[in-house]
Amino acid sequence: MKFFNFHLMAYRHADLDAIQRNGSAWVTFSNQYYDPKLGAELYHEYLDQMEYADQLGFDGVCLNEHHQTAYGLMPTPGVLAGALARSVKKAKIAILGRALPLVNNPMVIAEEFALLDNLTRGRFIAGFVRGIGAEYHAMGINPTESQERFNEAHDMIVRAWTEPGPIAYAGKYYQMNYMNPWPRPYQTPHPPIWVPSQGSSSTIRWAASRRYTYCQTLSAIDVVAKFFDMYREEARQAGYEADNEQLAWSNCIYIAETDEQAMREARPHLEALMGTLLKMPMEMLLPPGYTNLEAMKRIKATRALAAGKKAQSVEDLIKAGVVIIGSPATVREKLEEYEARAGFGTVLTKTQFGTMPNEMARNNMAAIAEELFPHFRRRESPPATAAAPH
Amino acid sequence: MSVQVQASAAVKGTPWQIRRQGDGEAILILHGADGAHGWASIQAELAAHGQALLPSHPGFDGSPRPAWLDCVSDLANGYLELIENQGWGRVHLVGYGLGGWIAAEMAIRHSGALASLSLIAPQGIYVPDVVTVDVFLRTDEQLLRDTFHDPALAQAIWDQPRSPEADEVAIRNKEVTARLTWQPRGYDLDLRKWLHRIAAPTQIVWGADDRILPVAYAEAWREAIPDARVVTLEACGHAPHLEQPARLGQALSSFLEQARSVA
Repeated sequence: MKFFNFHLMAYRHADLDAIQRNGSAWVTFSNQYYDPKLGAELYHEYLDQMEYADQLGFDGVCLNEHHQTAYGLMPTPGVLAGALARSVKKAKIAILGRALPLVNNPMVIAEEFALLDNLTRGRFIAGFVRGIGAEYHAMGINPTESQERFNEAHDMIVRAWTEPGPIAYAGKYYQMNYMNPWPRPYQTPHPPIWVPSQGSSSTIRWAASRRYTYCQTLSAIDVVAKFFDMYREEARQAGYEADNEQLAWSNCIYIAETDEQAMREARPHLEALMGTLLKMPMEMLLPPGYTNLEAMKRIKATRALAAGKKAQSVEDLIKAGVVIIGSPATVREKLEEYEARAGFGTVLTKTQFGTMPNEMARNNMAAIAEELFPHFRRRESPPATAAAPH
Repeated sequence: MSVQVQASAAVKGTPWQIRRQGDGEAILILHGADGAHGWASIQAELAAHGQALLPSHPGFDGSPRPAWLDCVSDLANGYLELIENQGWGRVHLVGYGLGGWIAAEMAIRHSGALASLSLIAPQGIYVPDVVTVDVFLRTDEQLLRDTFHDPALAQAIWDQPRSPEADEVAIRNKEVTARLTWQPRGYDLDLRKWLHRIAAPTQIVWGADDRILPVAYAEAWREAIPDARVVTLEACGHAPHLEQPARLGQALSSFLEQARSVA
């Protein structure tokens, strides 16, 4: 199993009460709550953590893209990847991902990613996403065009990377007379493409058919297993057996000496992430046309049902296997169980989450390296077919 | 007077559902973002003055979005073609909200196709420094309350039972509305440039208490369209056809009679 250190770079000094009053940390939460002095220190704290992950032997570090939110301070992750390209010496650098439909010229992403691939001498992983619904409010891009823009932008970027330039492209949303990126990607034919998703069946089919690594965002382990099985099935339909290397699970792990201590330490920060920083109204999360009618109806019904209930507690999240928190033995046991149940080759682990302070995050990273790496690297991942016992 | 529903009318192979009532000159009513329901009483009143036609725009009210429909001007071109292929002659055109935007786009393309133009709180232009509601960030309930001046009326409508079918139509109406109006939000900078081309008699009708698209917009429309007149409805929000139907009906009827006597 490979371990990637996934940072969200939350504004961990955020006024949580103010976010609650506003109803969300996204789009409408005033940037007057951002203190540039504290923010600048945070960027360095978080980049230092990424470099520390490399020193500890993590296989990769992950950045992502969100806009106009205290949830994550990475509107342009390429800048941060560039800052890490020379100081992270061995680990891969992954941007998971850039939201293709949000740009009006996808060539800027083709160029940026090709540049990072050169700068890292081929240690770069290119993530492609549509971006969550809130980005369409924040960036003024029509959500009903999201899927088609994604498809066109993806095709443009891959063609620009793989076909001798210059070439032309004439789509419905994008038209270019000249696609001829200098530099070309370092890796052949191009950097690995990873596709994070919340579990859209069409995205899973699409990723499987192209053998792109599928990354499941924070979800209960049963749901993760279901979507990974779906990917394996789609791969079979496409005529091949998927390798566990093609499946990555995004989670949160926190290790302390005892279960009780781990719970006590992680709780407020996980609650800040799940209960405050991630919170947004339905209209922001799912703008019209962002998802298909059936999914929209299903999610509307689920949210209406959930509205009457309390938010998921930390205990609920642990029980459902969304996160793993506990002593080294507990975390090893859980991760092994989940690996056997869902079958994946990579974990994309948020070692710092929510409001977690620097020292705690670094201790957690060191514990993961010490307590999990030897155990999970001793052996090969169980084969995909054995991974679905039911 | 009975309402005939016809789905055989078509443009570019797309069927067009049209409710017809009355005889005589064509009076074409273009509904807003929420569909054609809610316009029956206005249609019935206008049917006393001609053939009142209440279509559902393709993509609305449960019909699939045709592949050719990407922007408001697609609907404007579609309606101009429909007027020709149905042989309606010069029409009295009435448009509300999104339908008002479509009507204005038709008018700048082919003013000669219109006998008169009534725009009711139309979208389509941008006026600086006027606070509007972001309809796509409001819940269904908030938006309903924003729409009406009278909170009791909003409450009564909110309390009405809704079928799952109606909910589904509402989701789809909103989706196609987003496709047409998301960015720029509810306007097209090219429209205002050409509003001076409108030669048909034009009136702008606005609720004095409209919070979705405040009445300050009415003045901007009046300035842009030659000889346009403005009718302001007191105690009225963004849905005059539901909140002040009698006074809206009166404004529309008298205006088209006036336009007819001038012609």
